[in-house]
Amino acid sequence: MTVLAWLSDYTLQTVMMGAVLLGVVSGVLGSFAVLRRQSLMGDVLSHAALPGICLGFLVAGGRELGGMLAGAFAAAGLAALCVLLIARQTRLKTDAALGIVLSVFFAVGVVLLSYVQSRAGAGQAGLTSFLFGQAAAILRSDLWLMGAVTALALAVVLAFWKEFKLTSFDPGYAVVAGYPVLALEIALTVMIALAIVLGLQMVGVVLMTAMVIAPAAAARQWVRRLEAMVLLAALFGVVAGLTGAVISAQARGLATGPLIVLVATGIVAVSLLLAPGRGVLWSWAARLQEARRLRTRQVLLTLHRLAEGHGDPAYPSEQGMVDAYHGAATRRALSRLAARGLVRDVGHHPETAPHWELTDAGHAEARRLEAGANDIPGAESAAPEVTGGKP
Amino acid sequence: MPATDTPESRDPPPPRDLHEPGLALHVEDLTVSYQRQPALWDIDLDIPPGVMAAIVGPNGAGKSTLVKAVLGLVAPVAGHVRLFGRRYREIRRRVGYVPQRSSVDWDFPTTVLDVVMMGLYGRLGWFRRPGARERAEARAALEQVAMQDYAGRQISQLSGGQQQRVFIARALVQRADIYFLDEPMAGVDATTERAIVEILKGLRDSGKTVIVVHHDLQTVRRYFDWLVILNQRVVAQGPVGDVYTAENLRAAYGGQVALLEAGPGEGGAMDAAEGSPP
Repeated sequence: MTVLAWLSDYTLQTVMMGAVLLGVVSGVLGSFAVLRRQSLMGDVLSHAALPGICLGFLVAGGRELGGMLAGAFAAAGLAALCVLLIARQTRLKTDAALGIVLSVFFAVGVVLLSYVQSRAGAGQAGLTSFLFGQAAAILRSDLWLMGAVTALALAVVLAFWKEFKLTSFDPGYAVVAGYPVLALEIALTVMIALAIVLGLQMVGVVLMTAMVIAPAAAARQWVRRLEAMVLLAALFGVVAGLTGAVISAQARGLATGPLIVLVATGIVAVSLLLAPGRGVLWSWAARLQEARRLRTRQVLLTLHRLAEGHGDPAYPSEQGMVDAYHGAATRRALSRLAARGLVRDVGHHPETAPHWELTDAGHAEARRLEAGANDIPGAESAAPEVTGGKP
Repeated sequence: MPATDTPESRDPPPPRDLHEPGLALHVEDLTVSYQRQPALWDIDLDIPPGVMAAIVGPNGAGKSTLVKAVLGLVAPVAGHVRLFGRRYREIRRRVGYVPQRSSVDWDFPTTVLDVVMMGLYGRLGWFRRPGARERAEARAALEQVAMQDYAGRQISQLSGGQQQRVFIARALVQRADIYFLDEPMAGVDATTERAIVEILKGLRDSGKTVIVVHHDLQTVRRYFDWLVILNQRVVAQGPVGDVYTAENLRAAYGGQVALLEAGPGEGGAMDAAEGSPP
């Protein structure tokens, strides 16, 4: 009952809807940004929006969203153009160009911000909220704008799907196939700038780039195809947006934008660790399993060669001796072999040390390994030199 | 760099005019420079249809640049290019291109079949999605390179030789008349190299023109029937038998003069030259 009442809160509803829209558009476009290695471009675009917001405020003469977002978009576009020109026309590399443009535009933005705030009367309009975002400031009417831009971006991505895919994967081939790659790349960058501008009010210029990068980077871990990546990134964006909005509504004064970003990076962390095939834990587990498999094979071969050396297929090898050959405890490997029916425990009396002998299946498996498995590292050195002495 | 920018955009002749239609590739006075550094200088080139041609030359000779300039990937400073007597942009679909394997990110989330289908995007044109017919064609192309079992595989799981085969399948699916391949044998194992050469010879035998940027002088005479020796300028061009001489190779590879002359016979001379180039 209280949850329902709480969810029907008008402001929270607005914030949640905004978060969903933002999550979708930034997830979809972020996928392309990440794959095209343009993650930093998002950072530049969002920081460069600040002077545009301030100018929009000054020109419109007040806190009017349309004017400020138009200014933000214009400034971001100018910044993108500067990066392109610097990288092409000078000897600076793209990363340096990105860094320079980001700092210069952001510095201008901060100067303008302080100027606006110092002006009597005009100031306290909360322009600083654009630094870190202020979700509660979003109006129902703003949602229409966000919805329209999101719909437009989705429609464009859908219409030019195969062109964007080809351009992102192999731009040279796209040129040869006759597609206007530069125009397609500009279209993608413009749409990413739009998505960023949309998110400024909620997440702020400093953190907005995380909304573009994080859902896409997380999604990349789980998928095999671009289609799946884009859908999953949108889903992650929505989950981060909703979760962040709900958490911030639980307690007074918790900033929504940073919470959304924290949730999104949490999803990234989990994905980097756990995703099957690509996750860190996954590769650790795979390595561990491989090491175990090799050890088991080596122990099997050791027993086999000991038995052969003694001319007795049922030769019982003492576990301590097998340990000594391998320089490590082999009890687990022996148990695994026993579970597969390749060896059996013949140390029946509790007072004697455990002894193991190969079964027929074990000898067969060892011969199979010996025939085609000289690739086992360490197998040779682990093979005992049997001189006929008794154990 | 706009795709349609071809070197001859300011040429006066009427558009329908065929220029050297008997040649698969005709390059005239082509000059390309990177940051004022000339990469190709005054290239004149004629390659007849139905041959398998190698472009060889030392590092930095502009082999890849030549191919890229022909395909409009690099804007030339001067000169013009004709393919079967036409400008590149007029006969785009008759041209297949296999870029260097390292030119793309193989961790891109896509499958082998998807990459091969990209070869059909040019034919599909705007807005149309590849469908069942395109998938069937892509599968057939994969079969040609013996990669049909990998159709659903993520491309990041492929070995270098498999990547190369996928790229070749992407060009095969276009059913072009002339193919340009940029170092297709670089970094692949011997089996794959043999397989690739067989595929290319098959194309040539069915009347296609195959032009290959090649790095291994040792195999030139075995694989190719036409040869272009390049070192920013065209050092020599023509049938392999006429062009593959110690003198020409010395002119292109310069530094190996002593080695070339030290060789006992022609074969020995060639082997000596082969040791050092890229």
